[in-house]
Amino acid sequence: MSNPWLIMPLVVPALTAALLVLALRRSPSRQRVLSGASVLVQMMLAVGFCLAAADGEPRTYLLGNWPAPFGIVLVLDRLAAIMLLLTGVLAVCALLAALETWDRRGRHFHALFQFLLLGLNGAFLTGDLFNLFVFFEVLLIASYGLMLHGGGARRLKSGFMYVAVNLIGSTVFLFAVGLIYASTGTLNMADLAVKVPQVAASDQALLAAGALLLFTVFAIKSAMVPLHWWLPPAYGAAAPPVAALFAIMTKVGAYSIIRVYTLVFGADAGPLAGIAVPWILPAGILTLVLGTIGVLASRALLDLVCYALISSMGTLLIAVGLTSADGLAAALYYALQSTLVSAGLFLLAGMIGEGDERQDRGAGVRNGAGLLAGFYFVLAIAAVGMPPLAGFIGKILILEAGRAASLASAVWPAILVTSLLMIIGFARTGIRIFWNVPVGEALAVPHPVAMLPTLVVGGLIVLLVALAIFAGTVMDGLAATAEQVLKPRHYIGAVLRDQRAGPAGGE
Amino acid sequence: MSMEFLMASGIGALTAAGLYLILLRRTFPVVIGLSLLSYAVNVFLFAMGRLTIDLPPIVSSSAAGYTDPLPQALVLTAIVITFGMTALIVVLSLRGFLETGTDHVGRETEAGKPASEAQREVAAR
Repeated sequence: MSNPWLIMPLVVPALTAALLVLALRRSPSRQRVLSGASVLVQMMLAVGFCLAAADGEPRTYLLGNWPAPFGIVLVLDRLAAIMLLLTGVLAVCALLAALETWDRRGRHFHALFQFLLLGLNGAFLTGDLFNLFVFFEVLLIASYGLMLHGGGARRLKSGFMYVAVNLIGSTVFLFAVGLIYASTGTLNMADLAVKVPQVAASDQALLAAGALLLFTVFAIKSAMVPLHWWLPPAYGAAAPPVAALFAIMTKVGAYSIIRVYTLVFGADAGPLAGIAVPWILPAGILTLVLGTIGVLASRALLDLVCYALISSMGTLLIAVGLTSADGLAAALYYALQSTLVSAGLFLLAGMIGEGDERQDRGAGVRNGAGLLAGFYFVLAIAAVGMPPLAGFIGKILILEAGRAASLASAVWPAILVTSLLMIIGFARTGIRIFWNVPVGEALAVPHPVAMLPTLVVGGLIVLLVALAIFAGTVMDGLAATAEQVLKPRHYIGAVLRDQRAGPAGGE
Repeated sequence: MSMEFLMASGIGALTAAGLYLILLRRTFPVVIGLSLLSYAVNVFLFAMGRLTIDLPPIVSSSAAGYTDPLPQALVLTAIVITFGMTALIVVLSLRGFLETGTDHVGRETEAGKPASEAQREVAAR
């Protein structure tokens, strides 16, 4: 059954962006209305998808009605639905925070924003490896524009490096795709899952090279050590609402790792089963440790937030690397919470004003300091994983899942010690920003706290609290998701069933 | 046999030259290096459909066989994307050079760099 609803998360942002560029270029107020409406529609679609996917039956849509291994297929399963929902929520938050402030700095902010959403939604929905590359490119092109939004020498400098790194990543992606196609003759992920175990012994080295090159690409995207160094300059230079939305781009890398290395190179992949598994867990531990060292070494709040994001990716990758259903469910829970926390911290850093050419003067916050300090306190608690917020629950779940792992003796100390170091790092920066204010300066620079970003950060905190309160319900859903991801027979069946049911189907 | 050798060594030479130029860490060589790398990957993708001569890209009863058309479609997509990216990064490097007066990529202590960046570096040490 082809389900045309699945194309909607791609059609809506694509049409919106086209309209924004072509028809509404000169009317910022209408741009805002249209862009906001489109983002809301996308979020509601994602909610609908989550409800629909909850029955555990993957849905597919054949683009152009070409049968599955020949055409491109969109697949909605629980994992895709959750990532779409996270994207939708984050997009609403980032757009609200940008309204009337950052979107005035350039004419095409909203169009680029929609193109980025198009790429994100597409990457989560597609069931084809080359199509994944294309959506990566779509979201990257949009992200280049958004990263440079606002201009300035610093953005241009870090922008060049960001673009160059990602272009190299794209090239490596193409090499990997070429190798995989050469040895299997297909790029449809479900079809790959069937073909990979049957690859001739002489071609297996080629396929393994392709699989690991692909892993390198996803490692760049998910800021995995040693391929993390592009992130702090790039995200630190971006406008705060943009950086908040970028918080999900590292999760695209993590999502791709989960998707490809459970579906295509998962447990059923014959000689190549679990080819990336020996790399994920150690790399995750390294990422966590190095990210935390970065947190300790940061003096500016933005650097701290960037390295906190890297270290949260480390925790996430550790949980993914456990390759158990418990670990994967914990990883998804941690992904939800760390994305929201990172977004909140980026927005907060923007409100405190450190990011915007006043970098690291050591001078603290002006009006509304109490509110911002409170936000910082709550978000820091969530980021380091102290009770009672969702970060704590996420880390406990990961530790629980890690007990059975072969590297448990490394996982536990890594997570616990880095949590302590993160507390020190966050506390020190908080003290410097909020308490180390010279007498008299507190009122000398009027800097009223912007209304919308305040509401958005408040909303994100509410979401984090809700994520902690309803952790049981959420975890039930995520456990089912992990189950579905680790047993991809349904997914493969749903995609390849269309092969027989399609108009030209059957061989 | 010679065609395979030519293709393979050509891809290797392009990749090596591209990587070397990228590692020079100045914007113009990096742009050229990225272009060479993308030429290498285009030829590589093309070769992944297997090298054949005088065969149509469709199944035809009058031909002895067929050549795989899919890698060629992939290469077309890749060329279009790389073209756009190259245009972007050229503009970006020009703007960067004009605004900062230096064409170094990444962290260099130069007179032309913004004060905040220099401060951050001092702080980072």
